[in-house]
Amino acid sequence: MNWLTAPQYSPYVVGVGIGVLSWLAFLLSDKAIGCSTAFARTSGMILRLVRGRKVLDMAYFKKFAPVIDWEWMLVLGIVIGAFAAAKLGGTFKIDWVPPLWAGAAGETPVLRWAVALLGGIFMGLGARWAGGCTSGHGISGCLQLAVSGWIAAVCFFVGGIASAMLIFKVILGGGA
Amino acid sequence: MKLILLHKLKRVQLGLGLMLGIVFGFLLQKGGATRYDVIIGQLLLKDFTVVKIMLSAVLTGMIGIHLLRSLGLVSLHPKPGSVGTSLVGGLLFGIGFGVLGYCPGTIAGACAQGSLDALCGGVVGILIGAALLAALYPKLEAGLFRKGSFGELTLPGLFKVNPWVVVLPVAGLIGGLLFWLEKAGL
Repeated sequence: MNWLTAPQYSPYVVGVGIGVLSWLAFLLSDKAIGCSTAFARTSGMILRLVRGRKVLDMAYFKKFAPVIDWEWMLVLGIVIGAFAAAKLGGTFKIDWVPPLWAGAAGETPVLRWAVALLGGIFMGLGARWAGGCTSGHGISGCLQLAVSGWIAAVCFFVGGIASAMLIFKVILGGGA
Repeated sequence: MKLILLHKLKRVQLGLGLMLGIVFGFLLQKGGATRYDVIIGQLLLKDFTVVKIMLSAVLTGMIGIHLLRSLGLVSLHPKPGSVGTSLVGGLLFGIGFGVLGYCPGTIAGACAQGSLDALCGGVVGILIGAALLAALYPKLEAGLFRKGSFGELTLPGLFKVNPWVVVLPVAGLIGGLLFWLEKAGL
């Protein structure tokens, strides 16, 4: 099996790889891997374009300045790495709607995109509310044995299981 | 320490962030974690790919980081938290997790593999949600965020023990859970 063209890896290979990546992040950059702050900074950059310099006076953007930093570059890297993985593995595909959703709710992009937008709003709000996401709390927080990380990770899954079950078992009536 | 000098080189650090991100994105996509179907399959408790990736990453990372720390090569950066931030924010995030079907890291990879719902819906939503929090921040920071604050606490700090006293049993638990998942055919 060629590792570049393989369409899929074992989850354990991926997990161990991400674990090793976290060693490198601590060792080489003195940082824990995380993603959601990059979205907050990008929000600040967009707001600054729309509303001008007064955005920089907001308490939140004083704490998380709308600038390109290590984590922002990490998220940019994810885009490049995932694109390469998908292209090399032959799994790159323009998907208007994910297959599982299409099977349960139909192929109309507008509905799925609107639901994704709503879910994204909750996620962006919640990630910055909790101070981290599945990477920053779920992986980096848990591996450091941070209390904040373990509480957040459990809540991510409790909330996620509840809302996914509500959508697929109740609202869409068990189609999936 | 030469590593401390490396940490201060700003441009080099931006390049390192990019390189680590490329490997991270490559692994997430190859693992299937950038797919809506895989993440929702996990939340519907039908496909345990996401939990297997996360637990094996935590297991590997935890042992390595604590070894490096015992050798004096790295320092930990546990995030501060409170009941008001970690619990409430975690549940809000969770609701978004189940509705969106991606997370902030995997959605970047989802966009790159051609998932248009991630690009046209999810990313826009996350940016709006983050802006919303920025607007609410002064009020929340003075109120709810302070409720039940425990700071940058770690589990070894909570129990006032050597980190390895927690690392080893947690490693055993994660290993056992993964073994059980495989045995159960999940």
